[in-house]
Amino acid sequence: MLPSVTHPIGDFVRENVPNVLGYLPDFIQPYIPSAEIATLINIIICMVAIAVVGIAPVPVLIYMERKVCAHIQCRLGPMRLGPHGVLQLVADIAKLLFKEVYAPKGADKFLFYLAPIFVLTAPFLNLCVIPFDKNLQVADLSVAIPFILAMNGFGILSTLLGGWASNNKYSLISSLRSGAQIISYEISFAMILLLVVMLAGSASLGEITASQSGHFWDWWIFKAPVLGLLAFIMFLVSSTAELNRAPFDIAEAEQELTGGFHTEYNGMAFAMFYLAEYINLFTTSCIATVCFLGGYHAPTIGILAIDNILNFVPGIVWFLGKTFFVVWIYMMFRWTFVRPRVDQLMALEWKFLLPVNLLLLIFGVVFLAFGWILP
Amino acid sequence: MSTEKIKTKEYIKRYLKRCVSGPYSLLCGLSVTLRYFFNPKRIVTEQYPENKKTLKMHNRFRGHVVMVEDENGENLCTACGMCERACPNASINVLATKNIAGKKVLGKYLYHFGSCTQCGLCVEACPFGAIEMGQGFEFADFSPEAFEKVLNKKEGRG
Repeated sequence: MLPSVTHPIGDFVRENVPNVLGYLPDFIQPYIPSAEIATLINIIICMVAIAVVGIAPVPVLIYMERKVCAHIQCRLGPMRLGPHGVLQLVADIAKLLFKEVYAPKGADKFLFYLAPIFVLTAPFLNLCVIPFDKNLQVADLSVAIPFILAMNGFGILSTLLGGWASNNKYSLISSLRSGAQIISYEISFAMILLLVVMLAGSASLGEITASQSGHFWDWWIFKAPVLGLLAFIMFLVSSTAELNRAPFDIAEAEQELTGGFHTEYNGMAFAMFYLAEYINLFTTSCIATVCFLGGYHAPTIGILAIDNILNFVPGIVWFLGKTFFVVWIYMMFRWTFVRPRVDQLMALEWKFLLPVNLLLLIFGVVFLAFGWILP
Repeated sequence: MSTEKIKTKEYIKRYLKRCVSGPYSLLCGLSVTLRYFFNPKRIVTEQYPENKKTLKMHNRFRGHVVMVEDENGENLCTACGMCERACPNASINVLATKNIAGKKVLGKYLYHFGSCTQCGLCVEACPFGAIEMGQGFEFADFSPEAFEKVLNKKEGRG
């Protein structure tokens, strides 16, 4: 049984591969598995697309992080290599590529090298379900939200593996902290996504986006008055913790743990963790955009002349624009707020975020029941 | 972590208070960073080799010791030697001489820049304001002789 998700590009390949293969000589025709070849081509297209979409934003994000952080701290950031330091990252990557990757003495070599390979799995799988534009989506799963939650749970595995296999007490403490943190914050992360699923009436990201079509007040952040905004803020808080980013970066708190679970990694193995961190940032911003900021819909304001111009811009531009706005918010958080202690972090989740999120869920039901959602 | 016993009502009161004051303090912090972010004029980084022409050091910057001179090159030094005494590194030698009237005046003001730490004690010690700390900082050189300087151009007037 071959997987077949309905999609214009996929259907095009499935239709045309048998036609192209028909030109081959007749005597090998019965032996050609054309349906399988079509699936293989589709799989390769999907993999290449996801790899490009996943890795292409990372240099932009790292450059942006450096610049945002510098401007917040009244500095200029990288300025020397290339105009405004845009080539700095190329130099960094070249340096990482030429460094030797080695495991410390006493490390579990197999797990140690497995962790940086695993770490990229979760963010790439998450990217598969995100609709960048009407048809720019690998798979419109009907269970996209549970899928994302499951994949985020999978993402912690590499952190635990890396920390455990490094044979370093800092790495071990860091990975255990990270595990505890993700297990706690996953709950409120799931709660917020469930709220969106409840409001939109579907767990498929395509349909969640479709439920926000129209003007900009039809996005879920505004469509459910006050509730949407609160939910968006809660999403930002819990996803920052999910991303292991500052202010919730107790997993790699430099001052306490010398860098955390990737202390012992160097060269490309370290670059994998770095890459995964930023792909995760991008993916989570994408989810925020889809769930709260209307996905690829243009922010039309109800005046026909302006709306026509706004609708003329391709959806992917709006999508990436919104995504990078969310990324910028995450960066402002990172360079503004101070890191809580471990116990404060747990108290915030179990004593504040979880009760508030449960309340939001209840209010979501009330809003739906009384029809307080904007038409 | 306080260990004092409090009633449930008091606990809930504190909890709700924190729920408001916490986000408020976060917003205060965020407003500061936002102001910095959208205000590029606040950036203090100097692009040094590029802005060599326009670079202006702060007034309190202490470079090398220079002699205060008027437009004719006359200095205010009386060769009293207070700076020489104040210098912790013996970087200053004030060589006095006698002028035609037989009065003690400044002959040569020797300044060993190589051992100077630019502490500025000599400037503070000078009772006549004859020396001050300069603004220059590009003094790298290949020979130690370049750091042996004579500061005064003319003999002191006494």
